[in-house]
Amino acid sequence: MADTATNEPVYKTDALIAEDIDTYLSTHQHKTMLRFITCGSVDDGKSTLIGRLLYDSKMIFEDQLAALENDSKRVGTQGQEIDFALLVDGLAAEREQGITIDVAYRFFNTEKRKFIVADCPGHEQYTRNMITGASTADLAVILVDARKGVLVQTRRHSYLCHLIGIKNIVLAVNKMDLVDYSEEVFDKIVAEYGEFAKSIGIENFTAMPISGFKGDNITQAPSANTPWYKGPSLVDHLETVEVRSAEDQDKPFRMPVQWVNRPNLDFRGFSGLIATGGVKPGDAVRVLPSGKTSTVKSVVTFDGDLDEAVAGQSVTLTLEDEIDCSRGNVLSVADNPPEVADQFEATVVWLADDDLIVGRNYWLKLGTQTVSASVQEPKYKVDVNTMEHLAAKTLSLNEIGVAELFTDKSIVFEAYKQNRALGGFILIDKITNQTVAAGMLNFSLRRAQNVHWQPTDITRADHAAMKNQKPRVLWFTGLSGSGKSTIANEVEKRLALMNRHTFLLDGDNVRHGLNKDLGFTEADRIENIRRVGEVARLMTDAGLIVLTAFISPFRAERQMVRDMLAEGEFIEIFVDTPLEVAEQRDVKGLYKKARSGQLKNFTGIDSPYEAPENPEIRVNTVEMTPEEAAEHIVRAILPLK
Amino acid sequence: MTDHVTLTHLQRLEAEAIHIMREVVAEAEKPVMLYSVGKDSAVMLHLARKAFYPSPPPFPLLHVDTTWKFQAMYALRNEMAETSGMELLVYQNPEAKERGINPFDHGSLHTDMWKTEGLKQALDLHGFDAAFGGARRDEEKSRAKERVFSFRTASHGWDPKNQRPELWNLYNARKKKGESIRVFPISNWTELDVWQYIHLENIPIVPLYFAEKRPTVERDGMLLMVDDERFPLAEGEEPVMRSIRFRTLGCYPLTGAVESEAATLPEVIQETLLTTTSERQGRAIDKDEGGAGMEKKKQEGYF
Repeated sequence: MADTATNEPVYKTDALIAEDIDTYLSTHQHKTMLRFITCGSVDDGKSTLIGRLLYDSKMIFEDQLAALENDSKRVGTQGQEIDFALLVDGLAAEREQGITIDVAYRFFNTEKRKFIVADCPGHEQYTRNMITGASTADLAVILVDARKGVLVQTRRHSYLCHLIGIKNIVLAVNKMDLVDYSEEVFDKIVAEYGEFAKSIGIENFTAMPISGFKGDNITQAPSANTPWYKGPSLVDHLETVEVRSAEDQDKPFRMPVQWVNRPNLDFRGFSGLIATGGVKPGDAVRVLPSGKTSTVKSVVTFDGDLDEAVAGQSVTLTLEDEIDCSRGNVLSVADNPPEVADQFEATVVWLADDDLIVGRNYWLKLGTQTVSASVQEPKYKVDVNTMEHLAAKTLSLNEIGVAELFTDKSIVFEAYKQNRALGGFILIDKITNQTVAAGMLNFSLRRAQNVHWQPTDITRADHAAMKNQKPRVLWFTGLSGSGKSTIANEVEKRLALMNRHTFLLDGDNVRHGLNKDLGFTEADRIENIRRVGEVARLMTDAGLIVLTAFISPFRAERQMVRDMLAEGEFIEIFVDTPLEVAEQRDVKGLYKKARSGQLKNFTGIDSPYEAPENPEIRVNTVEMTPEEAAEHIVRAILPLK
Repeated sequence: MTDHVTLTHLQRLEAEAIHIMREVVAEAEKPVMLYSVGKDSAVMLHLARKAFYPSPPPFPLLHVDTTWKFQAMYALRNEMAETSGMELLVYQNPEAKERGINPFDHGSLHTDMWKTEGLKQALDLHGFDAAFGGARRDEEKSRAKERVFSFRTASHGWDPKNQRPELWNLYNARKKKGESIRVFPISNWTELDVWQYIHLENIPIVPLYFAEKRPTVERDGMLLMVDDERFPLAEGEEPVMRSIRFRTLGCYPLTGAVESEAATLPEVIQETLLTTTSERQGRAIDKDEGGAGMEKKKQEGYF
């Protein structure tokens, strides 16, 4: 067997551990860390490669090995030989199916580095897992089966790694043992991949012929079987490739503030993880978005004040001046601050089973900032297999698209390409709290920079004071035919008698004017509510008590309006009428039309109504007349001053 | 800008753990740190002190006690709470106490009642919505896939198929009322990293990690230490003094010792590196239910 030499793992450190543990410890103490991701399709031998790396770096203990040998015989796919894949396929369900279904993290050490490997599944539907694993990686190992060459999956994985900004790409042509270690086969695959890589903007990559199963060129190169290979072994390459932190240190100083540390009145520190650059006492810094400047007084840590701190360190900074700065702000070098904007072009990767709803508000978390954000209709989505741009109305699970993104407040950001920490974000569904998307800000849209808020002298407080009332929005929600308009009208009459200044915005009336361009699709309904919310807000600025009567079927949109208004100004009134009752009333004959299919997207029939979970007021129209309901509501909202 | 500061892997792991802890404090309503007095807890507590310095960590320590921990663990627990200036909450499941559940007579029911149930009860009692734990991904296969912010339903269940994607260092801490998150700041540390860090930072750990002559009996191939008079000796069984130490600390009759002469930290690390059995082997819990023991326990709410 020619390959026995490469099959033997090399434990160079063993002797040192046994003979001189102190020297060993001081070596280990000075190791650096590399995080990488392995990608490949189902049978490219990914798990086997990782198992092999763990095995060769002696991260497998004897009891695990004994269990492994046992399992290999029972469920392994490699006959009597050790099936390394079993070492890394974690969850019970996966073991049964023989596939990896989620991101798993593995660890091993060599003499120079500690490695964290994100093991990502290869099949089609799991773009989401790959993006997750790639987001923290410094390097990607793209596995190709030597027998199959560059596949659609290979292209997809490479595209995703490039998209997320991984600069170090290793093309590992695996299973060389199954193609007789042919240099020709290897060269052909490398050439084909090279052409593709160039076409998507990957500037360079390192190719190597390996066998995860037999161990060729994993720890030592060239293996006896590939004397023609002139490059490093996989482990050598992983040990020496430059990590991103050096590059980050060369960028201007930025630190998103996580937490304000105030143990007593004499100490006020700003805690955070430095994203880029470095900071020293005496440095001039700027707080974003306020733009206020100060000077760094000290860099505080548990181990004493530091003379300097750099990207990748968690520190607490104190400043010379008492200036406002809190969680969500960014501390930056004073003369080169990041941008502040509220409209962007973004690349969005959709991670949830439910599609993106254009215009809906999601929570956006970027660095330590959390704001409301909506994604507009995508300009295009990308076919991750062909990199073609396709037209898109929305984004579904595992789809990647480019779209405009608006936030309700300005945020501090930099393009993802310049700064991952200030350009990468996640979107969170406001109702389910699921992480539904990840994204990268590409640039801010000009118009955001040119529209400035116009301060006015007569404030909203002045308007309200002149009317001698507290502005409110009484938001009636309920099924069509539940009695929203009728009850709202009754409430308004009663308020008028009490000399309150009111205005009633009614669904049907608004659709004749302001919103006549909108239909009844989900996206249009959201826009309908957004406009009504904005109008209601302007009216509260004018000091009015606004009553609105809209079906407003989605919780997220009602929440959106609630978020637009000051605390306590939004009063959600659930006009609670069972569907059967509303349908029986059918004042406008709409239910009949919907049932017969003449009317599409009708709430309660073929479009959902999400009832309020905790409305401020709930009226039951089966038990109460409209007049009684109106009385109940007016009593509940008094005094209104 | 030519001189780069090279951060070591331990510095990066430390910075990551501190960042995670601060995120929790900023976003959770009522966080708590689960403190089991083991070496991983020791590291976690040390990191918490670093994260919030000069303030004390702004959350209490919670020890879900089984009453069957080694005496030396109780001693260190009380000492560390004092040093860190943190409030120490000790919870013992009253039902387990009443029924006299113990590891000698009740086997895995002991873990279920004292630890799994006890933990759920303690979290519910105080209304904690985020709990730090010292679990590491290298410990066990199902942990390799768990998120740093690991979401739990109102009944404390874990659904491995429905975990939130975790990208960059952006953690989604949003949850509904009653739901909670378990947070693992040292997810990416290995056993060696933990030892190395304890060595480097001089972190106090329970003396049982170091070899010393202690009274022991041998049962089912496990070396058990006779820690107090509650240990039921079989007929004719005589404790034997052996030089032993522990690689992992749990309830004293459930945790096996190893014979060892390693009395200093470097010696312990040396032995760990040269040893041929993995860390959790001394614990009975992973062996239940075939290969899927821990995964199943976690779905039921075990940490």
